[in-house]
Amino acid sequence: MPRIFVYIAHKNGVLDDSAAELIAAAKKIDATAAPTAIVIGSGPGLQSICAEVQKLYPEVWQISNEALSYPNAELIRKVLTKIVPRGSVTLVAHDHFGIDLAPGLSIKLDAAFVPDVIAIDSLEANFLKVVRQEFGGQVSAHVNCDIASGAVITMRPGAFKTVENLSAPGTLVDKSAEVGPLTASRRYLEIIISETSDVDITKHAVLVSVGRGIQEKDNIGIAKELAEALGAAVSCSRPVVDAKWLQKSRQVGSSGKTVKPKVYLACGISGAFQHLAGIKGNPFIIAINKNSKAPIFQVADVGIVDDILEFLPELTSKVQELRGVAAK
Amino acid sequence: MEILVCVKRVPDTSENDIELNSAGNDIERDDLVYSINESDNYAVEEALQIVAKVGGTVSVVTVGAEEDEEVLRRQMAMGASHGILLTDPQFEGSDGRGIASILKGWVQKGNYDLILTGVQAEDGAAQVGGMLAAMLDYPFASLVTSIEVLANNKLKIAREIEGGNREVSEIDLPCVLSIQTGINEPRYVGMKGIRAVQSIPIPTYGASELGLTPAQVGSAAAKVTRVDYFVPALGKGARMLSGTREQNAQEVVELVAAKGGLK
Amino acid sequence: MQGLSATPQLVSWLSQGSVLFWLVHVLGVLCFAYIVARRLVPLVRAERDLRFDHPLQRFHNVLKYWFGQWKHPRYKAAGILHILIFAGFVVLALRAFTVLIVGVSYGFVMPGLSGVAGRLYETVTDYAATIVFLCMIVAIVRRLVFKPARYEVPRRFGNSHKMDAIFLLSLIAVLMLADSLFEATRAAALVHSQEPESRAYLSLPWLLQMFLVQASTSTIGAFCFAGYLAHELAFYFLLCYRPFGIQFHVETSLFNIYFAKLDRKKLKPVKWGLSDQQLDQVKSFGVKTFEEFTWKHILDFYSCADCGRCSDNCPSNAAGRPLSPRFLTTKARDYAFQHYPMFGKAGNGHALVGNIYSEDEIWSCTTCGACEAECPLLIEYIDKIVDLRRGLIDDGNVPQSLQKPLKALESRGNPYGKMEKKKADWTLGKDFQPVCPVKRLDKEPGANTLYFVDSITSFDDRMQSIARSTARILSHVGEDFGILGPAERDSGHEVRRFGEELLFMALRDHNSEAIKNSGARRIVTSDPHAFNALKNDYRHLPPVEHISQFIARQIRGGQIGFKPADADKVFTFHDPCYLGRHNDVYDDPRAVLDAIPGLNRVEMKRCRDRSFCCGGGGLMLFYEPKEEERIGVKRVRMAAEAGASVIVTSCPFCMVNLEDAVKVAGLEGKISVIDLAELVDQQIARPVPACEEVREIPQECVIGR
Repeated sequence: MPRIFVYIAHKNGVLDDSAAELIAAAKKIDATAAPTAIVIGSGPGLQSICAEVQKLYPEVWQISNEALSYPNAELIRKVLTKIVPRGSVTLVAHDHFGIDLAPGLSIKLDAAFVPDVIAIDSLEANFLKVVRQEFGGQVSAHVNCDIASGAVITMRPGAFKTVENLSAPGTLVDKSAEVGPLTASRRYLEIIISETSDVDITKHAVLVSVGRGIQEKDNIGIAKELAEALGAAVSCSRPVVDAKWLQKSRQVGSSGKTVKPKVYLACGISGAFQHLAGIKGNPFIIAINKNSKAPIFQVADVGIVDDILEFLPELTSKVQELRGVAAK
Repeated sequence: MEILVCVKRVPDTSENDIELNSAGNDIERDDLVYSINESDNYAVEEALQIVAKVGGTVSVVTVGAEEDEEVLRRQMAMGASHGILLTDPQFEGSDGRGIASILKGWVQKGNYDLILTGVQAEDGAAQVGGMLAAMLDYPFASLVTSIEVLANNKLKIAREIEGGNREVSEIDLPCVLSIQTGINEPRYVGMKGIRAVQSIPIPTYGASELGLTPAQVGSAAAKVTRVDYFVPALGKGARMLSGTREQNAQEVVELVAAKGGLK
Repeated sequence: MQGLSATPQLVSWLSQGSVLFWLVHVLGVLCFAYIVARRLVPLVRAERDLRFDHPLQRFHNVLKYWFGQWKHPRYKAAGILHILIFAGFVVLALRAFTVLIVGVSYGFVMPGLSGVAGRLYETVTDYAATIVFLCMIVAIVRRLVFKPARYEVPRRFGNSHKMDAIFLLSLIAVLMLADSLFEATRAAALVHSQEPESRAYLSLPWLLQMFLVQASTSTIGAFCFAGYLAHELAFYFLLCYRPFGIQFHVETSLFNIYFAKLDRKKLKPVKWGLSDQQLDQVKSFGVKTFEEFTWKHILDFYSCADCGRCSDNCPSNAAGRPLSPRFLTTKARDYAFQHYPMFGKAGNGHALVGNIYSEDEIWSCTTCGACEAECPLLIEYIDKIVDLRRGLIDDGNVPQSLQKPLKALESRGNPYGKMEKKKADWTLGKDFQPVCPVKRLDKEPGANTLYFVDSITSFDDRMQSIARSTARILSHVGEDFGILGPAERDSGHEVRRFGEELLFMALRDHNSEAIKNSGARRIVTSDPHAFNALKNDYRHLPPVEHISQFIARQIRGGQIGFKPADADKVFTFHDPCYLGRHNDVYDDPRAVLDAIPGLNRVEMKRCRDRSFCCGGGGLMLFYEPKEEERIGVKRVRMAAEAGASVIVTSCPFCMVNLEDAVKVAGLEGKISVIDLAELVDQQIARPVPACEEVREIPQECVIGR
């Protein structure tokens, strides 16, 4: 079995959730693996990140370089190409950074590439069988990957459960010296923060989240009424923002906000993974969708096949009824 | 600016349920209609808008078979000046890397300043753009949501990152960018436009013309292969409520209350 | 004429002034000729339009709409006022001409108008001038005091036209006053010369004469000269000023009505006089620049009287969408005046959309035809909107929300992108199929009647109930009928009206072939849009009937009997635009309702050819215009006002919009909407009850909204 390396994502001194998910994925590939985490960055914050990663991984490679203060995929690819031994399996989270880094890395490492894996099926000889989704999650596929000359695999965020901390922290190896001078032909300039809105959906315990099933802007009011009755906030999936029915700041998902509510009402949301990636903290998910085959029903706790335009007003009146009783 | 846009023809699945064929090794394709991948269409529009501002030409290329000419023609009706079909029996069974190698063969025959792809195909994996860039040693950026042409062979681009924020960078030309949907409002291609380009011959190129060997492309070279398709068990997690609308609403209210959602 | 000797001064004024008068006449006429010639420049540059056929029919239109002022009484106050002014002008035209000549030959009398006839004519013209004068005063007071809402100009459409209107009205009043003064002086002069002469009793000239009789001969002469000069100056000023504003219609209306479109049911072709095959050679479709309008459409712009009736009836305008037909015209006229000036270079070929029109404005039209039904000058709107849309489509400027359905129509033959094989799924219900099997003519041709279902009725779960009711009615009367199933594509009605002509032609050709292959001898449809497409857009098809016509025919033939209607309910019929206004089917659906015993029926204030659109069908369902209140909501409020509890319509799109609107308006439980076919299906007296209770239609899973 080839050696497994994991690229550790972190930002502003905060370790990304994927660090714990990727070691779980590594263990699924090979239960006996002792994966090596690679932490790249610069400055004093790097030490504490490494210390956190050491709690999860038996070995941590640390690369500190002034040029890497911002995670520039091009430079990180150059670093990894230098230090990762050929023939290894490298795991990266399938997020906006992984999409930027991993395909090119696989070319430079001359390794096979499998993106956006949601489950590991089996490993037989040099063939790793994994599960992916296609057509917006409507169908899944088994994919065979020849890892004889190594592989780069990106793992879907949230697809793998996190693991417990190690009993003893892993060893820390500083590989900074192996990295020469770094120059990039793509240079980071700035981050533009999305406009803020009246509501911070990340702070609500209950979210009424609407998707394409809301059909038109005028119907947003139906969700708002329910949210008002529940004391919840209205959030949404990407198509609703694309259609400009709600502000970007209301969007849950990989290109929107990450939310951690207690209860999540997914209304007319099909359940594309980009959306699900924004739901953390294992909330109780209630899905209402008129398409009984919507992928959201696979992840929801309770499902109802109905038209939200009909169901939500009914629900609102039930909530108001309950409130009325409680008030008396 | 000479721009090449790499496009793909995919089944349009947005309004129809996808079913598996009886053998289980593919989706049922008989009743599907195909069209250009959505984000690729945005990429072509972006290329046309850049050329309208700074001059140059837009070419569209795809790897496939004769039926894929249709998407090239549609993009030519949109305004692309050239369509190129890369086709060869040897290409069959190529994985992402194989497709990137074929495209690289074509890019090296031309003199492109900018190569665009869609961010991801409906049936794809958001991989070819990044691979192609690495093979060409061009800089690359994915999930691009705006492009501004600067002086001195540079672009200012923004990428979509988490939290709805945007990461702004400067990138040297030539480069490869993968375009996210929503970057622009693609123009409509009417029947008239399609009919106008119906008879323009589309040049095709095969493995030998692109300097490719079986070791680089096709099923023999593929390290990654799809074994089968399957539909994950329905409602695995969800307990489906099957009462009347009113009963269901009542139950949901009780559940929300039980989970501490009603304060 | 002895009177002349009594007014030597006047004669001397006139003879001395003859040079001046000639100058006024020649200058005035030359100016007018030059102005009109300049105004004709864009018409000459414009696209061709075939309007020289059927002279008798056109002459009939002139008699009815121009001379007969046919549409004016639709607005009572303004209509009567206009008819009086128009009649006055017609009467006074001869006198104006006579007065012109009198200026150079004082004793001139129009041949045939001497003696008693002349007296009579003078009496009539005295009153005519008086009436026109009074009408002007009333019109000015209306503008200033009562301010009818339809004359207002919303800020987004520019400045108020009020001052211009009042200025013109005042000028006409001056003209009448001057004319009366001139006549009065002549009469007064005759009195001085002991030839008692009196203008018509209590008329304006009579009143003026009463004053003037006291004056000296020289004063009368001065007034005569002043009146004459004022009359001539006002006359020529008006003549030359009208082509710069809203009163140009005085000159153009006759031509505008003569050349008006004769067959309003047919949409304008992309280019006049080209075959389908020749269209492939046309470089640019539709109207992008001003000069791509046809000459008749530019004449329309000149002819608009700015009366605001079109916009007053326009549902898009009422809902606050960015479209108002009145300003569609006046903005184009302003463009013409600005870019075709009196002096200097004409035209600039700039795109209209993005300049004087916005894209939203052009997409906002539901093509309901209310504006055209109202316009007294027969100005055309739908053809222009469609031409402008053709231009937008040709340039690829199509709202994103419309691109998906258009693409699906191209690839799948329906706007929802549903698979063709599912088109006949509505016939398959286990409660329906055994009792009402529907023949599939795509598989087995040979039925007498083809039921053309069209996309929404085939695929939308709610509308499928209309299809099943229609099928049950056909089956109840023993009609041998079938459907095309997957071989039927969208009729393309809205595709055409949204400007995608070639896609429409592809759909039309496919359907025509499928219909031919079905062997059907007649066609029935429950969708007025399909009805209009098959009847007026397609060619060489078997006769087409809307289901309401079919049912009415069956009732007349005694084929259908009804159970009594629920006496607690009050029904009202909402005329679908493409059944009523566009095809004049108003009476058949009402006859069907009235054939149901005990059915209480009321009419909404706006009904028949003044029916108020539901908000638009077909592709309009995919377009989201900015609006203050939905059109459909306004419509259901009108039904509530009429005291109705059930709105009966006969169009699936009206059903979509009105059912939604009932919810939005908060009238659920108070008002319900039902299709005529569903109601008939419910009320048919059957030996065995129908298997599907139409009142309980599942509301979920409604596509396309």
